[in-house]
Amino acid sequence: MNELQNIWVYLSASPLLHLTLTLSAFVVASQVYKKLGMHPLLNPVLLSVIAIVFILHKTQTSYSTYFEGAQFVHFLLGPATVALAVPLYRQFSKVRQSAAAILISLLCGSITSAVTAVGIARALGAGAASVISIAPKSVTAPVAMGISEQLGGLPSLTAVIVILTGIIGAMLGPLILNLMRIKDWSVRGMAIGTASHGIGTARALQVNETAGAFSGLAMGLNALATAILLPVLWNLFFQ
Amino acid sequence: MLEYLTLILACQLIGEFTVSAAGLPFPGPVAGMLLLFIFLLIKGSVPDDLTNVAGSLLNNLSLLFVPAGVGVMVHFELLGTDAIPLSAALIISTVLTIIVTATVMTMVNRYQHSRDSQ
Repeated sequence: MNELQNIWVYLSASPLLHLTLTLSAFVVASQVYKKLGMHPLLNPVLLSVIAIVFILHKTQTSYSTYFEGAQFVHFLLGPATVALAVPLYRQFSKVRQSAAAILISLLCGSITSAVTAVGIARALGAGAASVISIAPKSVTAPVAMGISEQLGGLPSLTAVIVILTGIIGAMLGPLILNLMRIKDWSVRGMAIGTASHGIGTARALQVNETAGAFSGLAMGLNALATAILLPVLWNLFFQ
Repeated sequence: MLEYLTLILACQLIGEFTVSAAGLPFPGPVAGMLLLFIFLLIKGSVPDDLTNVAGSLLNNLSLLFVPAGVGVMVHFELLGTDAIPLSAALIISTVLTIIVTATVMTMVNRYQHSRDSQ
């Protein structure tokens, strides 16, 4: 028994344990998602996060201990973002044709996202730190954290809000777009990418390459637009 | 394979460097995406090996968000006190953003088509 405990102590201190936990949770979650017909509400990111938080809570493991293992997966987000250039290049002729539509819809979506999030949170009585932290919710995490800090919010709370927004968009987006009877993959991709950045893009890429390319493009453009516009909007409306 | 993985990492590195040196308001990887895109424009096609490397990163893109998502456990308390306003704001605002973006893009596309066909 003592020996088993020693092995456990050794394993829980090495990054291998939590790296394996992250991958196993995701593999199981993806299988559930596929078995049940890839329904958007069974988002594999959401299922894995719930399972891992539950296990960490039961084993009284801190997030920083977990992250020592999980950081190897987290690191790959950067290279994956760079790799989005490949679907974007393949779809470039379609992107060029709808350049005006892309820019106008992106600006409208970006402003809607910030103004409605802050307006609703404030109207329902959220605290000042939460209200600021929610403003850049539709932007990819590193940029959102920077904007939040600049406006006086909590960057780490913003990171969580951004992930939640991504999951909500990936879950509800396809259902809403179906209700709106929008069949054009480029429009579906733009809407999902503008509202829910990389997590939405991940889901869009699985379904259709055109949607994935437009979603990745929307994610990049929205990061840029929000970083420039949000501080201006903030001073105009909310101060 | 390895040369294109190196290319992707190099694009990210140059992107990170440029963004922090010039104080630009977007993340290094997005600048890296732009660099790789320019490389592809110059090259004129996507090499097979690059398709493979990019594919293996992008096919499992969802997985890469899991570690950051688990970070929700650090903020349970704050999320708890503002749970109702925050979740209402997140859900309603995300739904509205999707509706507005999709509607505006459909309208502009329709306007352009009708103008082009005249």
